[in-house]
Amino acid sequence: MSKQITFTIDGETCKAEEGTYILDAARKNNKYIPTLCNLEGIPPKGACRMCTVKINGKLVTSCTTRVTDGMQIESEDPGLDDLRKSILEMLFVEGNHLCPSCEKSGSCELQALAYRYRMTVPRYPFFFPRRNIDSTHPKIIKDHNRCILCKRCIRAIKDQNGKSIFAFLNRGHHTKIYVDPDLADKLTDELADRAVEICPVGAIMKRGDGFKDPIGERKYDKQPIGSELEQQL
Amino acid sequence: MEKPVIATTSLAGCFGCHMSLLDIDERILELIELVDFNKSPINDIKTFTRECDIGLIEGGCCLDENVHVLEDFRKHCRILVSVGECAIMGGLPAMRNGIPIRECLEEAYLNGPTVRYTNNEKIMPNDEELPIMLDRVYPCHEVVKIDYFLPGCPPRADLIWNALTALINNREMDLPYEVFKFD
Ligand code: SF4
Ligand code: SF4
Repeated sequence: MSKQITFTIDGETCKAEEGTYILDAARKNNKYIPTLCNLEGIPPKGACRMCTVKINGKLVTSCTTRVTDGMQIESEDPGLDDLRKSILEMLFVEGNHLCPSCEKSGSCELQALAYRYRMTVPRYPFFFPRRNIDSTHPKIIKDHNRCILCKRCIRAIKDQNGKSIFAFLNRGHHTKIYVDPDLADKLTDELADRAVEICPVGAIMKRGDGFKDPIGERKYDKQPIGSELEQQL
Repeated sequence: MEKPVIATTSLAGCFGCHMSLLDIDERILELIELVDFNKSPINDIKTFTRECDIGLIEGGCCLDENVHVLEDFRKHCRILVSVGECAIMGGLPAMRNGIPIRECLEEAYLNGPTVRYTNNEKIMPNDEELPIMLDRVYPCHEVVKIDYFLPGCPPRADLIWNALTALINNREMDLPYEVFKFD
């Protein structure tokens, strides 16, 4: 067994195995650090920057930084909270997020974080990009208006040879997610369900499914995202 | 002390936000004790007859007329509140943003499945009485300064009530989690 180390998050003493990423270590100690791209059990990416914390006055992404003995981590502070909120606001203006007509609404992690941080209106002007909805695949529908390019689908959905079924197409502002045409038929029903589940937003939807859970009973209707962890304290 | 005065309007909205305001149920009796209403579709007062304390704006700006009304509200109301997703970010009408206006009009009047075979004269409404469509739908705060924002489609009645009573009594809004929603 590897060495147990001690560190603090916002002044509270925590323990973890040496070499653990800060975000995972925080989870183990029932401390919630927000994230949109991180997925337990999948190598981290550092794509969304929501998990930014402060160590020695420096900002680092907690999903890609390993915890060390005696480390003092600041996670909840008004400056960091505003930084995270500003990331959410950028994501909202960069795509087209029409929550009232979105199947993921109520169970969407982006929206849930915006609730948690009480985002009423983004401080940035809306882009209103023209993006399309791709329904060419027999199992899933991709709504590019909602994709936040977190790469969860690319990193987590693989065929039996370990090849990613999803991939990025184009670059920069034109980047979009697509299903590798050569691997399209490798997307089994189980994998399609999993893709829908892990997509933090409503960018991957199952064909013929939608609005299954009534308003009031969806994942984040009553409890803020992260409260599952925080309540275990 | 004089009662605070409220004005309301629906720009490019569906009146759902106004319905949600009425959805405060019997508290409406309390509300009319607390405030007076000026220009509003609820009492059908069409023009401002005095300066107001609070203006509630439903809907974004889709037409030149919406801009004029919104500017009029800014002029006459001390506090302006964007009520609902359409006022805050354009809402469903903003689905046309990013699509050239000619393409929208052609789809609506010439090419759409319900008009393709019926609009034989290829008429597009073009009367000078009609308000002019803007190039895109604008959130209200991109047109005038907005002081507060109440999200929701529509904002829950309890959120509106919470915010209104806070404004009337000069306390901070608490935006409770269970009623702070974008849908
Ligand atoms: S993906 Fe989430 S934030 Fe975007 S429209 Fe859907 S519910 Fe709203
Ligand atoms: S489709 Fe979903 S999981 Fe994939 S990159 Fe976009 S937001 Fe992330």
